[in-house]
Amino acid sequence: MNAVAPPPPHPSARDPAVWRRVGVVLVGAVLLWPLLVWTEFRPWLLADPQSLRVTGRFLGEFFPPRLDAEFLRLMALETWRTVAIATAGLSLAFVIAVPLALLSTARLSVSALPGRMRPLPFALRQCARGVAIALRSVPELVWALVFVRVVGLGPTSGVIAIGIAYGGMLGKVYAEILESADPAPTQALLRNGASRLQAFFYGALPQSSTELVSYTVYRWECAIRSSVVLGFVGAGGLGQQLDTAAKMFAGGEVATILVIFMLLVAAADRLSAWLRKELG
Amino acid sequence: MPLVRLRGVALRHPAARDAFALRDVGLDVEPGEVVAVIGPSGAGKTTLLHGMALALRPTAGELGLFGQSPWPRPPRALRSRLFLAPQVPPLPPRQRVVTAVLAGRLPHEGLGTSLRSLFWPRAPAAAADALARFELADKLYERVDRLSGGERQRVGLARALVALAHGSELLLVDEPLSALDPTRAAQAIDSLLDAAREHRATLVCTLHQVEVALARFERIVGLRHGQVAFDLPAAQVDDARLRHLYADHEDELFGPAPAPDSQPVPDAPPAARTMTCR
Repeated sequence: MNAVAPPPPHPSARDPAVWRRVGVVLVGAVLLWPLLVWTEFRPWLLADPQSLRVTGRFLGEFFPPRLDAEFLRLMALETWRTVAIATAGLSLAFVIAVPLALLSTARLSVSALPGRMRPLPFALRQCARGVAIALRSVPELVWALVFVRVVGLGPTSGVIAIGIAYGGMLGKVYAEILESADPAPTQALLRNGASRLQAFFYGALPQSSTELVSYTVYRWECAIRSSVVLGFVGAGGLGQQLDTAAKMFAGGEVATILVIFMLLVAAADRLSAWLRKELG
Repeated sequence: MPLVRLRGVALRHPAARDAFALRDVGLDVEPGEVVAVIGPSGAGKTTLLHGMALALRPTAGELGLFGQSPWPRPPRALRSRLFLAPQVPPLPPRQRVVTAVLAGRLPHEGLGTSLRSLFWPRAPAAAADALARFELADKLYERVDRLSGGERQRVGLARALVALAHGSELLLVDEPLSALDPTRAAQAIDSLLDAAREHRATLVCTLHQVEVALARFERIVGLRHGQVAFDLPAAQVDDARLRHLYADHEDELFGPAPAPDSQPVPDAPPAARTMTCR
């Protein structure tokens, strides 16, 4: 204002948040140490000559991979079955997840428009969240063990197991993806009297579509891997073949099956990249 | 019966703990009126608009809309009769302009129709017509994120025109000109006023451009420190009143409008204001 006023103090060049950040890292390290001790985490044991010999012998059995026509034909059939289990399971999961996500996301709340959500809608959203938690907290392996007893051995139990467990996961993550987007487009539509579903399709979905698609494709990839584990409890597909091959110490067959898995995962990765580019 | 009726209304932003953005506001807006709300930054213009749009619930006083008392549970039918166009146009970046504009019709059509329109735009001519009023007809099938800030703002206004054409009766527009150059601004405000008169709709518009407000609007409401400083026909708003309204903010009265801001800025305490001297 006037001539005698002292010049404004220069802001210090040091970031005021730096000590806080250092503190968080230190506390994290201190907490992690006893966890590593308790879990007997001693990676140097892997470099021990004895373990190296065991590892080498095990990996040596993988060569040569079995590649004769009869085996490959069987593998093609089982691969197809695995992809089918994963796809059918994920479709079921999608059908379960979409209503859960729409019910649980706060983005589509009309009562929250002027500030706070009302108790009843809040309770309903918490219920949907609770259902998603219950579905995904039981691992798909356990669901498969349950359904193998109900519907018998075969792919059906794998499909249902993946559908239920992944339904819970997709529902949670879909809701969170929707909530991480800019609220303004959805809010504006709701404020002007559009319905929740209209606001979803015209406000929320166009913002989040690539994230939703890429997460869904990633989950499809997870479902392929998961169907392997389910094969071990008799849900069919490549997993069951892997189980048999491992039990018969047929290293060459195990190697072929593992390579097929890598190719499947790589294909899912390419598909996701392509879809993201198309939708981007 | 007034379309909007405010009596002793106080409003505060959910984020701000204790500072009232508006205190003791009394205001009537009759059907078919066009009103400009002016005042310096932080006077509460956006908050007033949000109060009328049922986006904020008054903490005190009474608010009537269309002869009804909307709170505590504003019915959807009531919301669909008003249209709030925020200063920052709320358009999803990856949406196409045609979809963004036709979204103004959502409250007046069913879910099935609006879903079909996503795949096969229903009556794109309506969108093109609204865009043409803002010289944007050639952008009909562009994506929103390919547009400049000024173009987005005009797309937001085109959506408001579509809403108006399909039955919204009260148009609440927040700083429609903040990202536009003077020529486009004049054209945009004329398009808004023409559309409002054509559909016999009511228009309440906050403006930073005082001379535009005085030249184009019949009634001027001046806000200062969250209260109504004056509410007069445009012809009676003289220099002295404006100087009083913008005291400590003369740069806003004569200078360019400040950059668009999505959140209304609460009144800064006086101590903070003196520290901005350089």
